[in-house]
Amino acid sequence: MINMKFKNKILSALAIVAISAFTISFIGCGGDKSNDENLNEDSLNTADEFNKAKQVIYGIPSPIETAMLMKRAGAKYNQDFLNPISNMGNYTTTKSMALNLGVYSADLSFASMFDQSQASIKYLSATKKLADDLGILNAIDKSIITRMENNINNRDSVMEIISETFMNSNSFLKENDRGEIAAIILTGGWMEGLYIGTQIVKNTASNKELMERIADQRLSLNTLVSLLNEYKNDANVQTILPEMEKLKKIFDKIQTSSSKMEVVEKDGKSIITSTSEVKFTPEIFNELEKTISEIRSNIIK
Amino acid sequence: MKKILVSTVIILSLVAFTNVASAQCKNFAKKICKLELLPYVHDGIYNATVLSEGETAELYKTFYAGQEYRVTVCGDENLPPVQFQVLDAERNVLYDNKKHNFAKSWDFKLQSSKQLIISIQVQTSDELNDQILSGCVSVLVGFMNVENSFDQNK
Repeated sequence: MINMKFKNKILSALAIVAISAFTISFIGCGGDKSNDENLNEDSLNTADEFNKAKQVIYGIPSPIETAMLMKRAGAKYNQDFLNPISNMGNYTTTKSMALNLGVYSADLSFASMFDQSQASIKYLSATKKLADDLGILNAIDKSIITRMENNINNRDSVMEIISETFMNSNSFLKENDRGEIAAIILTGGWMEGLYIGTQIVKNTASNKELMERIADQRLSLNTLVSLLNEYKNDANVQTILPEMEKLKKIFDKIQTSSSKMEVVEKDGKSIITSTSEVKFTPEIFNELEKTISEIRSNIIK
Repeated sequence: MKKILVSTVIILSLVAFTNVASAQCKNFAKKICKLELLPYVHDGIYNATVLSEGETAELYKTFYAGQEYRVTVCGDENLPPVQFQVLDAERNVLYDNKKHNFAKSWDFKLQSSKQLIISIQVQTSDELNDQILSGCVSVLVGFMNVENSFDQNK
């Protein structure tokens, strides 16, 4: 009898330990929970050999990808389009710090992509400062500035450092139940890339490819809105979502049609072929550019 | 009462273990999976999660015309093979790594920009085992640096 009681006590104690461990670890992974909830809705429409998706991940173009896209499309560097470092003192709220960490990450990527050494180091320092203010500095390599300075003439190394810094920041946030901050940083970075792209088109000779890449952002905006909706209960996200919805209404005016996708192999590379027709009129571009400038102006003020 | 307590201990310990494991996913993605992307440049976005046998995850992402991409999906060495499919918006299969001996990566470029779905599923183990295997699965996207790119008009 005594032995039975003792066993029960042991089991009770183990249960308490397990419940505590569960609670602590679950608090640290809240982002997955929202994904699971979202998944239940999204997976209703899927019917193939795969099981229902456990988790849905929304891939937003990172600042470094956007900078690469712009350079490939023939964009030229213009420092006037970047957010001045002197604005940094204005960012004192979580929302403004997160948005502008994204903005400065985009500016850093843009400067690095065009081999602007001094600007790159300045913008890296700015991102480090904002990361510190947001409490995520521990996720970033302490010697990042020195590493950047030592590799400043090697663009591949510089891009690797930027990519690593961005990954460390967003993984730290996701693993510490701050997925909404990661989403806001991505929003700031995406907006800055879009702003720089539209300013280049507005201020330079016609660039068809860059116009196409800007029109393509309608696809990423849909994903971004889905990502932000995962955190729609967050007060900061609630103020950002309407701005993105406003932008989406303008992007939706772009008429598109495309043919079925097929994969062909050419010279050992896989190419997904599909033709698309995109009607991006000057009127829609002007409306888009004006709205992007307004939203971006509010972000960096 | 005893059965309930035993069940509670087992279930909650398993869940707690799984969540603790997710914290190690970052190192797995960074130190192991990221190397598979080379020489492509990682876009800097961290996508990793803990999955068990038979479980799935999906990444929705826009891929742009003219950019060369590498998608890398890798799973913890304890896991059975990880299958990944690249689907279009209508869920037509464009690529299935199961037909390529569960290759970890696929390199491609697009004629026009599209939103694609990377659908991942951990296969079920053939071995008879009471324990359901689970581990970290990471999906990373890289792109080719402009200077290293091949001719887009080819």
